[in-house]
Amino acid sequence: MRSEDDAGRVPAEAGEVRREARAWIKEHLDPAMRLADWLEVLADSGWAAPSWPRRWHGKGLPPALAAAAQEELAAAGAPGPPAGLGIMLAGPTIIDHGTEEQKRRFLRPLLTGEHAWCQLFSEPGAGSDLASLATRARRDGEEFIVDGQKVWTSLAQVADYGMLLARTDPSAPKHHGISYFALGMGQPGVEVRPLRQMTGDSLFNEVFLSGARVAAGDLIGELNGGWAVARTTLAHERTSLGARVGGRRPFPSPAGSRLAGQREVTVAEFMARCRQRSPGRTSNADTSMVAAGAGPLIRLAADLGRDADPLVRQELARLHTICQINAWNGLRGRAAAEAGGPPGPEASLGKLMASQIARLWRETATLVCGPAAMLAGPDGPLDGQVALQALAAPGPAIYGGSDQIQRNVIGERVLGLPKEPDPSVGLPWRQLRAGPAGRGPAGGGREGGRS
Amino acid sequence: MTTFVFTAEQQELRQTLRKFLADHSPPAQVRRLMETEEGYDPAVWSLMADQLGLLGLTVPEEHGGLGCGPVEQVVVCEEMGRALLCAPYFATAVLATGALLASGDGRAQAELLPPIAAGSMIATLAVAEQDGAWSARGLRTRAIASPGGGHRLSGAKSYVIDGAIADLILVAAQADGGPSLFAVRAGAPGLTRRPLRTLDLTRKQAAVEFDEVPAALIGTEGAGEEIVSRTVRLAAVALAAEQVGGAQRCLDMSVEYARLRVQFGRPIGSFQAIKHTCADMLVDVESARSAAYYAAWAAAQDAPDLPLVASMAKAFCSEAYFRVAAENIQVHGGIGFTWEHDAHLYYRRAKSTEVMLGAPAEHREVAAGYLLGRAGQPPGRPGAPGGPGAPGMPARPS
Ligand SMILES: Cc1cc2nc3c(=O)[nH]c(=O)nc-3n(C[C@H](O)[C@H](O)[C@H](O)COP(=O)(O)OP(=O)(O)OC[C@H]3O[C@@H](n4cnc5c(N)ncnc54)[C@H](O)[C@@H]3O)c2cc1C
Repeated sequence: MRSEDDAGRVPAEAGEVRREARAWIKEHLDPAMRLADWLEVLADSGWAAPSWPRRWHGKGLPPALAAAAQEELAAAGAPGPPAGLGIMLAGPTIIDHGTEEQKRRFLRPLLTGEHAWCQLFSEPGAGSDLASLATRARRDGEEFIVDGQKVWTSLAQVADYGMLLARTDPSAPKHHGISYFALGMGQPGVEVRPLRQMTGDSLFNEVFLSGARVAAGDLIGELNGGWAVARTTLAHERTSLGARVGGRRPFPSPAGSRLAGQREVTVAEFMARCRQRSPGRTSNADTSMVAAGAGPLIRLAADLGRDADPLVRQELARLHTICQINAWNGLRGRAAAEAGGPPGPEASLGKLMASQIARLWRETATLVCGPAAMLAGPDGPLDGQVALQALAAPGPAIYGGSDQIQRNVIGERVLGLPKEPDPSVGLPWRQLRAGPAGRGPAGGGREGGRS
Repeated sequence: MTTFVFTAEQQELRQTLRKFLADHSPPAQVRRLMETEEGYDPAVWSLMADQLGLLGLTVPEEHGGLGCGPVEQVVVCEEMGRALLCAPYFATAVLATGALLASGDGRAQAELLPPIAAGSMIATLAVAEQDGAWSARGLRTRAIASPGGGHRLSGAKSYVIDGAIADLILVAAQADGGPSLFAVRAGAPGLTRRPLRTLDLTRKQAAVEFDEVPAALIGTEGAGEEIVSRTVRLAAVALAAEQVGGAQRCLDMSVEYARLRVQFGRPIGSFQAIKHTCADMLVDVESARSAAYYAAWAAAQDAPDLPLVASMAKAFCSEAYFRVAAENIQVHGGIGFTWEHDAHLYYRRAKSTEVMLGAPAEHREVAAGYLLGRAGQPPGRPGAPGGPGAPGMPARPS
């Protein structure tokens, strides 16, 4: 939000990056070109993922400056890089832990939208205590054979690959017998069943793996060394979910081979369709209305004649303040990074702030709308967005590591408070206690959960 | 000047001052001074002037000061808030100096700023009256022009910070030409001052009465509203920074105690109820810091959204500080509720500064004025009566 204002006060280099990005976009963006072609040009220019290394389709920029480039894409009305977890999680993980060959095979297609990715981490018995997961992968010649169940897998129905965590050594303690794979989703051993979310949409899924096959060459990182790889993914998840609030972003392009048809349209057609569609409809766990800050509710309050109510005024000012502060926390983190300093504590706050803002947005919207907050869809305020955001609001406090887990992470890693004892940590995984979800052992353990 | 990036000099200022305060304002000293009527140590005050030049921090060099700006002021106030320094710094170097600078009165500045910078004149700003409002609108204190030149003030001020010890009181009063600022000397005839009992023991306040007290006009008649609103705006940012410093100290105390205190065979910091409380305190402290710093740079750049940003920072930092100060007591258990523990000193400062220069709800209403307009008026019309008085405000958030 207020990116124009802030632009004047972010480090000078950001200005250069913006100028460079702007000039590049101006030269290369042609509304008449196919979206698929634009994505290729964008991927090869380094502007699709400017924080990635130059060798790997990036520009080697600090995340702060990369965000500035995204804002330029948005400002120019250019389609952004593909949506989803490919760029956000799979790419950075493969850059850190993949082999040269894997980088060559996986990175570019996820930038061009050819491959969409999903995250096959959570299981019925392993959520916060992710390391207790029970899905098995057994070696079979040049392949691994995978059996088990994943759950809450967002966008599995359109994914070409899954970031799969599976147990490869049940006799080792829970963190030490896990491996990380790139699992092809389009095979008979992978069955995706949609789950209906509280919003009514079905974005997340159950994924049943029965005899699914993954080549040994698609093992990312060391055999049984998957936890370290997973931590990279989780760290990126935490920061990107936090960063979601604030900062203008371009409309994301459709990702994955199943949506290839949607990339056959021209850039102009794609943008027109995006602008038409009401914001926030792309994903039900999406809080893009929330990302817009207090602005939409301020305008709504004026339209409804509620802007003279002192209570409404208080809460709108409060919401605006917390949204701005979240953005300032981000800018402060950026500034520290650019000054060459270590990231300060402010860098760990975004995820918790995002879920707090989602709740505050909901409460403020309810206050502004009054009885109309009972209505949804076309009958509801902001074309149903108020109802939708009210229903989406609990999500951010759960996905990507719950608020409780984030507080553990902050308490232990940032403040240096002692860890809670986890009796399951040193025990062989197969001896752990099974939890209510039944399928796998859900240890009572906490330590090093999704943290 | 890049927002959020302190220069090497600014960082050095922080380190020097932190060391100075560790030496000269340790908790034992704070406790000694808070029990005195004056509430400060003249020897330390002199050192602040002579050794650090602090009392002239924002005084221009031509008047014997360091010529620094809002960012340095925020650094200094944050450190003082952390140490709970007992001294009339906020009254003298933030409020009174700020008002003199805002007045644009070269003659008054040349006369009054040098002794302030030298540490030989404690000064304060008296705006609030019985209703406690830090605004020059609707003042009941009157200024009557004397036939022989000068003015005479009659009326009463309250909540005057360090008002009982100030050598110079800058008074907002209603003159014929409108609200105006006046200088009153400590010994002036007709001036009576009464120290007030305060919740915050580490910062004194006074009630001041004026009975035809001779006073010198600062700036022009009718300029009082602009001077006061500008001064209070910058002071709100400085106070927000002070709150950040205090809140950080509370968090540090809690974390340290949570690591050491053992119950049920474990450090209490390993219990989530405590760990999560500390994590939430960190979110508050860091968010407050971002707000205060952002406002400081907005002030330094005289950004058009400063009035909005200053009020947002003051509202947020006030509530964050109090939450953190209260949780700090809870984390400490019984010992946190004792007189001997420092937790209550911060709790008192937090509660008091929460309402000083305007309570959070008042500042949110100011912010709402920019975001939504005054009731019945379009947004971004700050100059309107009852509006917060800043030209060229941006309208709504994008
Ligand atoms: C919209 C949405 C999308 C998602 N998408 C994906 C996805 O694409 N891929 C994927 O792998 N997962 C996904 N998830 C799953 C998500 O990561 C998990 O739901 C989350 O990690 C919590 O795990 P759980 O549901 O098993 O809850 P549990 O871990 O059982 O937690 C239940 C409650 O207990 C609390 N709790 C658990 N452990 C502790 C502890 N140590 N201390 C304090 N409290 C604790 C939790 O905070 C929570 O309140 C998604 C979830 C949602 C809601």
